[in-house]
Parts: sequence; C-alpha cells; structure tokens
Amino acid sequence: MSDPFDDFDDLKAAMQAATPAPNVARKAENIALAEKNFATRQETARQPRFTSDRPKQGLFRGVISMLNSISTRHALTATTAIVAIGLFVYLPTLQQGPTPVTLTEAETRSRLAVDDQIAQAAQQEAEETDALSGQLVEPLAEIAASPMADIAATRPAALEPMAGVLAPPSATKRMLAPPPPGYDNRDQFALPEVDTEAYPEAEPNALKITTEESVSTFSIDVDTASYAILRSSLNAGQLPNPEQVRIEEMVNYFPYDYTAPLDELPFSSRATVIDTPWNSETQLVHIALQGQKPALDARPPLNLVFLIDTSGSMDERNKLPLLKQSFQLMLAQLRPEDKVAIVTYAGSAGQVLDPTPASDRATIMAALDKLDAGGSTAGQAGLQQAYATAEAMTEEGDVSRIILATDGDFNVGIDDPDELEDFIARKRQTGTYLSVLGFGRGNLDDATMQALAQNGNGQAAYIDTLSEAQKTLVDQLGGALFPIANDVKIQVEFNPAQIAEYRLIGYETRALNREDFNNDRVDAGEIGAGHAVTALYEVTPVGSPARLSDPLRYQAAEVTSVSEEYGFLRLRYKRPGEETSALIETPILPGGDATSDMQFAAAIAGFGQLLQNSPYLGNWSYTQAIDLANAAKGEDAFGYRAQAVQLMRLADTLSQ
Amino acid sequence: MRMAVDDQHLAVAAAHGDSEAFSALLGRHYDRVFALAFRLTGQRAEAEDLTQDICAALPDKMTNYQPSARFTTWLYRVVVNAAHDRRRRAVTRTKAASGWGDWEVDRQAAIAETNDQLDWLTRAMRALPDDLRDTLALILDDVTHADASEILGVSPGTISWRVSEAKKHLRALKQQEDAS
Repeated sequence: MSDPFDDFDDLKAAMQAATPAPNVARKAENIALAEKNFATRQETARQPRFTSDRPKQGLFRGVISMLNSISTRHALTATTAIVAIGLFVYLPTLQQGPTPVTLTEAETRSRLAVDDQIAQAAQQEAEETDALSGQLVEPLAEIAASPMADIAATRPAALEPMAGVLAPPSATKRMLAPPPPGYDNRDQFALPEVDTEAYPEAEPNALKITTEESVSTFSIDVDTASYAILRSSLNAGQLPNPEQVRIEEMVNYFPYDYTAPLDELPFSSRATVIDTPWNSETQLVHIALQGQKPALDARPPLNLVFLIDTSGSMDERNKLPLLKQSFQLMLAQLRPEDKVAIVTYAGSAGQVLDPTPASDRATIMAALDKLDAGGSTAGQAGLQQAYATAEAMTEEGDVSRIILATDGDFNVGIDDPDELEDFIARKRQTGTYLSVLGFGRGNLDDATMQALAQNGNGQAAYIDTLSEAQKTLVDQLGGALFPIANDVKIQVEFNPAQIAEYRLIGYETRALNREDFNNDRVDAGEIGAGHAVTALYEVTPVGSPARLSDPLRYQAAEVTSVSEEYGFLRLRYKRPGEETSALIETPILPGGDATSDMQFAAAIAGFGQLLQNSPYLGNWSYTQAIDLANAAKGEDAFGYRAQAVQLMRLADTLSQ
Repeated sequence: MRMAVDDQHLAVAAAHGDSEAFSALLGRHYDRVFALAFRLTGQRAEAEDLTQDICAALPDKMTNYQPSARFTTWLYRVVVNAAHDRRRRAVTRTKAASGWGDWEVDRQAAIAETNDQLDWLTRAMRALPDDLRDTLALILDDVTHADASEILGVSPGTISWRVSEAKKHLRALKQQEDAS
C-alpha cells in the first residue's frame, strides 16, 4: 500500500471530504452581521478630517481606528491591551510606553485625545467587564505586554514614508494636503502616503576620499522614469519622496547635443571639468556619451511584441486608454517591413494579435482597440509568451524588442522578484530586448520595473501624458528601439595629487564593483541610437577650502603621480551581438569650457539634490537652480527644458 | 456583472466603502473562510463561531486592504490571525475556568466522546501542534509555500520544514492507531 502521507493529493481529498459545509442559517446570519458592520463603519467614517480642526466627537473611536490602521494583525489584541492598561496600570505606563520616532501633528492630537478620554472609556469598559475582571487581570496583563511591543515595532514602519522626509515643513504639508481620490472614506489617521508604490532603496552616494578609494565604477543608465514620476507628483501638488528621485534619470531625460561620434565608434565620450554651480570651491566633472544619430533609413527591420497588462487596475483613463493612444502614435512611425504582435496578460496570458506587418495598420489598430481591462495580473506567464513570440518572429539581422506596458503589478505567476529577474536575465541571452513602460500612479512598482528593464537590456520609462508617450515612443523611436552599444560601463580613476574628494551624483542603483569593469559577464546599461548619457562627479581639488575631510596626520598619503590630470576615464562597451568588450580611455583635464548643455545638466542635478535634501548644496536654492536652467535653456525644440524650469518653480513653492 | 470583476478590484472598492462590492466579495469567499476555519479549529461549532468573529471584524479590516496583496492571501491572513486570537482567548478562559470542577470535567468528557465519532484525519489534525496544523491547513487548501510563509509571517524554509514535520506526526499517529 502506498504511503498516503507522501501523496498530498490523497490527503487533500481526505481533508476535502472531512470539511463540513457551513451551516446555511449561520452563513446568512454572519453575512448579514458583516454587512451591518460594514454599513455602520461607513457611517462613522464618513467625515474624514484632514484639517487641523480638533475633533468634536468620538475621540476614543478615533484611537481605535488608529490602532486598527497600524496593523490588522494586532488590532484586536491591541485594543484589549489599551483597555487593560487603562484599567490596571492606568496612565503612567501609557506615558512611559514606546514613543514613535516622528510625532506628527495629528498624532500628537490623537495622544491628547487618549489622555482626555481614556479614564472615561476605561471606566465604561470596567463596568461592562466587571464580572470577569477579577479572574482576567493576570492573563490580560500578559497579553497587554506583548502587543504593545509589537506596536512599537510596527509604528515606525507605518510611518516610514513620513520619516523618510526629514524636513518637517513638508511632512506637515503632506498631512494637511487634501485627501487623494479614493481615500475619502478613510479616517483622519490614514496617512496620505499609503499607496503601494515601491521604489528601490538606495542612499545618495557618499563623499569618497581619493587617497582611500580612488576608483569609481558604474553602469550607464538611460532610464527616464524617475523624472516623469516626480513630475506627476509635483503637478499633483506634492513634493516627491527623496527615494523617488534618481538624479541620473532626471539628467538623462533631456536630449543634449553632445559632439557626435567619429565614424567607426558607436558613441563619443568626453569628460569636461566645469565649475560647480552650488559650490565655488569645488568642480564638476561632466562625462558625456553621445550615441550615433539614428540613420533611420538604413535601420534593420524591427520586431515589436507589445506585452500589455490588461488587469482590472488598468481600467483607468491614464492607463489602458493612454496606452492605446501611445501605441497608435508609435505605429505611425514604423515601416512596412516591421512586424508587430500583441500579447496581453490578465489572469491568463493570451496572444491577441499574431505577428502582423506594420503596413497592415487597420488590423493592428483593431486589435489594440479591442483590448479591455479585467482580471488579475500574471506578469510572468505573459512574459514567457511574449519571449516565445519574439523568438519566433526574429529573422537574421532583425532587432526584436518586447515592450511591456503595465501599471506595475506582477502579483501572479513568479511572485519572487529575484526569480523574475533571473528569468529575464536568461532570456536576455537570446538577443531579445525588453523595455518597460509604466502607466498610472498608486500601484506603480518602480523597483520591479527598474529591475526588469535593467536585466532585460532595456529602458524603463514612465508615461503619464500623451506628450510623454510622444517623447518616449516617437521622438526617440531610434534610441528606444535600436541599441548601438551594450553593457556600457564607466570607470573613473581620480588622481590623488589633484583631487582630494569626489562624489558621484546619482547612479546609486547602478553602482558596480571595481573588478566588474573588466568582467564581460557582468551586465550593464545600453545606449540606443541617438541617446545621450550624462554623468556628473563633484570633485574637491587638493587644497580647496571646501574639503570636508582632514588629511591624515600619521599616514601621509603616498602621492607618486605629479600629473596635472584630474583623473582617467575608462569606458567599456560591447557592440550588439558581440561577447567581448572594447575599451575607450580618455584623461580628465582641468579647465574646460561649460556649454549650455553642461550647465543645464548641472542645474538638473542640483534640482534633484534639492529634492533629496542633499547636505552638499549649502545655501544653494531653487531660485539659483531656476536661474541657471533658464540661462542654459538653449534651443529647446521640444520645450522639455522649459517644462523642467516650471517644475522647479512648483517645487520651490511646495517646499516653502 | 460583478462576478466578472476580480477579487482585488472588489476589495479595493470595498476598502473605499462600496458595500455592494463588499457583499459580493464575502458571498464569494464565505465557504472558503469557513473551510479554513474548520481546518484550523478542527471543530464545527468552533469554526462557525470563528467565522462569525471574522465576519464581524472584516468591515474594519477591509479598510487596511492593500491591492498589492492577493485578496485570498490577505483573507487567509485575517482568518489565521483571528484563529490565533481565539486560541489565545481560549487559553485565558481555560485558566480562568480551571477551578470550576465537575461541570468542566463533564463538558470535556462530552467533547471527547464526540471526538471519537469524527473521522481519523480531523482528529489527527487536531492532535497536531498549532503551528504545524496551521501550516498544513493552508497547504492542503492549495496555498503555495510562498503564500503560506507570507500569511503566517515565517520564512518559506520554515513552511517546508513544518510540512515535513506535520507529515511525520500524521504518519506516527496513523501507525499508533493501526497498532492499537
């Protein structure tokens, strides 16, 4: 006889048989009870209070709601615990209890509310529990002890979005801002920041001392999502969280007119030393890469697989409808020999459009139009199908790319992000590229988007308006879709004889180990046709009064070089399809002339650091950033730079 | 119309105060909640009461629902936590009632008698330590190890260990039973 314990199906079947059906009458009663409680709750929660008025009634109820909103898990025990403390330990313990890290105005008020009302409520509870209280004292006190500790642990986490904003004025502003749509029914203790957006956690790069660590290595990044995200935050009247700000993505959002490469190279590279706008005693090393301008007539045929998230959450004006419009814009730019396929994912993945020549616009448009949102998101099944489709479409010399459009959820299928990344990294070897377009706010999993695009040799962009779609998909069609160099890594070695300290501005999520630079198996970012990539270092020359670290007294740094060079720039890249990398080397020499492109990039880097509350800016403020950006606007054919200045003004107002 | 909408969507709507969405959601999942409650408690009456507790508290919990969590995963967590709370209270009651003498002894005996009539598996489940039983109940309900680890707040490794431990227990109980 087989062992039933090794065969789970047998156990499952037995369990199924052993589970009785619920009592029908009880079921009806219970559901009715739940509905009644739901209705009651809506009534009591009807009036949200985001203003600074003191509540007129129902204070204790507010305290309970606060505890509930802190943690579902401990809600029941926590309220019990509060009562228990109120009953038997009374106020002293409560006051000595764990103090949250940051007390916002609203919380302070709620604490006052506790003080005011706890005696009264405790008395009331005491009457009700009078009969039992004698026997229950001991166990309740025991229970009381543990949930309180738990709450202490939970609370800072719940407050994290606020604690992350170190400047108190903006924190207060957040609390007082009008409720975002959809949170209207939450009570006053709900923080407005409780959306489920996820951002990579990366501290801004710290200052490095050249004698201790003279080499800095990172991968280039052509993503632009961060800029679009902070733009949508600012336009909504909120300062972005510092962790939403990735300076390299802001700087690289803008087209620059850097020197075009010589014929045989895929991109040009240049390092220029210019003055630091926010510190007259330091300098900026401005590193510029300019990809070959796309020769659109001679480009290889393109295979595009649109992988479209049609989960229920995409059913919003700024998601699926915007996505359809965006893709229609792009379709107009494709050539007859290009091919398009559409795969959707929601619950189950499905191919909505078989590979179709781009000339057959009517069929493609019809398939796009028919897309409907509904069902949950199974990102991975869809990805598998998209890769299979792309592989089937690829012919010799073609470029294949999957364009994944989502509002950010990958909650069915491989729900382990690491596994998902591994999957995409494996697929990258097949030569198919993956770009990720983010739509909508509130649910956007920026961290996953980033990780997917980085592992899939692609670009992550966030699309909030049709004009952004125009920029990402049409104006930069070449760059977004035709890679000209893969795994582009930058390594800078600073000369300790000239540079005392340096700091890479941005690229936190792109840092590489020093030894990764020469290791061709380590993945890095891609440059597309026409892409310009900018990186900035702030450097403190030896002898500058701006130096933050003191020279060591006993271990005098051994400076052997007497070179005038500030440092040495090394770049590695692979041409598409190649396995071994090529090397470009350039010395970094002082005394460069700042073009308006460079100044504008510096202004944007300063803007990003202002949003991050960077400690390195001194008294430099939005006003100076605006002046600098305005002066360096240049031709600005698309109006992107004018828009950036507008955003700086908004941020200036919001930060006051 | 409502049936076509996915759970997450309904749950978000319910979290924002849509009572119709809440009712649809509860109707859809009531039996599931009850089944899990039964597996966690091992007693029908206890399961009915636990389900009632959950129904009573669900409207409040609902407001904390985050669309990043799959609704069933979230709901299972609510059920498991409610079961834990109930067990804790039961411990308190037992402590408080330990001196009540004959009445309680009689009651326990009556319960034991009913137990004999139950099928082997239910009794065996009931004999498992709480943490093993919770894990097994979830796994037997087609919950993945990853989700179970999220629901119970332990590492996936712990889940795998508990499942194999639970199997060991069940096998031992079966052998004991067969021998006697």
